[in-house]
Amino acid sequence: MKLKDIERILGAEIVAGIGLREKDIEMACGSDLMSDVLAFMKSGSLLLTGLTNPQVVRTAEMTDLGAICFVRGKKPDQETIDMAESKNIPLLTTPLPMFESCGRLYRRGLPGCSEYTE
Amino acid sequence: MAADGNIGKIQELIYEIRVCDVMKGNVITVSPQTPMSELRRILREKRISGTPVVEGDKLVGIISLDDFIRWMAEREQDCPIGEKMTRNVQTLYSDEPLILAVNRFDQLGFGRFAVLDRKSERLLGIITKGDIVEGLLRKLEIDYYKEENQRHEEQHFFEDILADKSVLFFRYDVMGHDFKRAGESASRLKATLRRLGLNPQIVRRVAIATYEAEMNLIIYTDGGRIRVRVQPHEIAVRVEDSGPGIPDVDKVMRPGYSTAPEWVRELGFGAGMGLNNILKCSDKMDLRSALGKGTRLSICISIEEGAKSEAN
Repeated sequence: MKLKDIERILGAEIVAGIGLREKDIEMACGSDLMSDVLAFMKSGSLLLTGLTNPQVVRTAEMTDLGAICFVRGKKPDQETIDMAESKNIPLLTTPLPMFESCGRLYRRGLPGCSEYTE
Repeated sequence: MAADGNIGKIQELIYEIRVCDVMKGNVITVSPQTPMSELRRILREKRISGTPVVEGDKLVGIISLDDFIRWMAEREQDCPIGEKMTRNVQTLYSDEPLILAVNRFDQLGFGRFAVLDRKSERLLGIITKGDIVEGLLRKLEIDYYKEENQRHEEQHFFEDILADKSVLFFRYDVMGHDFKRAGESASRLKATLRRLGLNPQIVRRVAIATYEAEMNLIIYTDGGRIRVRVQPHEIAVRVEDSGPGIPDVDKVMRPGYSTAPEWVRELGFGAGMGLNNILKCSDKMDLRSALGKGTRLSICISIEEGAKSEAN
């Protein structure tokens, strides 16, 4: 699935990395616990989260995540956006809540990190 | 030669990219009944020089600043846009390659084309020459970024060093309680290791472990140092602080055990998983602490193991 598909499915807005809409995203995970993200998420995956602090982008940077989508209409501050731009990590924001966001992507065939096989 | 390469690349891209990839969606439209006197406000407020005229779902014409100026110049009475618009609009389908759009702009000299869905004939967006240039530049930028990354990955720093023993050493100083800058050291280390051309999976493990350790320095101590020793066969990270120390080392290794303050948890950290995650990322780990004196965490990540798994 491409980032632009995720943008469409979630009715999301891209707030950083607008040039990366063609990026492939093969799996996703929803979490507000960065410790879990650091421990269990795989490279290249999409993180859905309700947290918008810059450490979310740092976490994504360390774990080589493909993109971050903030749920329930949350908008990151400029510092978070700047950091994401400098690390080439796309940021999206969707008005949908966490459960619906995950559900819609899963229904369209985007697997979770734990079940993804190459 | 580089310039030639770029032109070749653009020529390839305009066959590859489709109209829908560069067009602007959410188009501002007017109805044929909208009076001409309204048009000026719409064009000015939306900062556009023309707009499609739509009746129901169907595109019936296009009206531009030129049409508006002509109407003004002729000092005619106010009338609906429908009377002054260009009918027989030249359109493009969203799935057509960009080269077709480029040729049409060239042949017809128009400023914009309406873009329709091939099946439903519904208006999807609008495309201008500016959109094409912007779309191409964006695509070139992405490709450049990919190439740049690959170039880094293809470097093998250690293979170029001729010595019986080679060691690289990096030190990062971490301030305590400075959550804003948390992760800067791990980030700089990660970029450095990538530049050395090390296996991305190895670099990722080192980065995660170092980030977790850096977080611990920031949350629980007044600061400390991260020392990294890179050798062709392994990366060793040593994280030291000067207090307050851990009362029970076995207890902090238990998953879920945490003494993190509430504000740290609110930011998504401090769930009592950090040290376990460090253990998971490393091939060897050692944690020693003396109350009131400080803590020393040493981890080792073997490069050869990772290189092997990549070869398999």
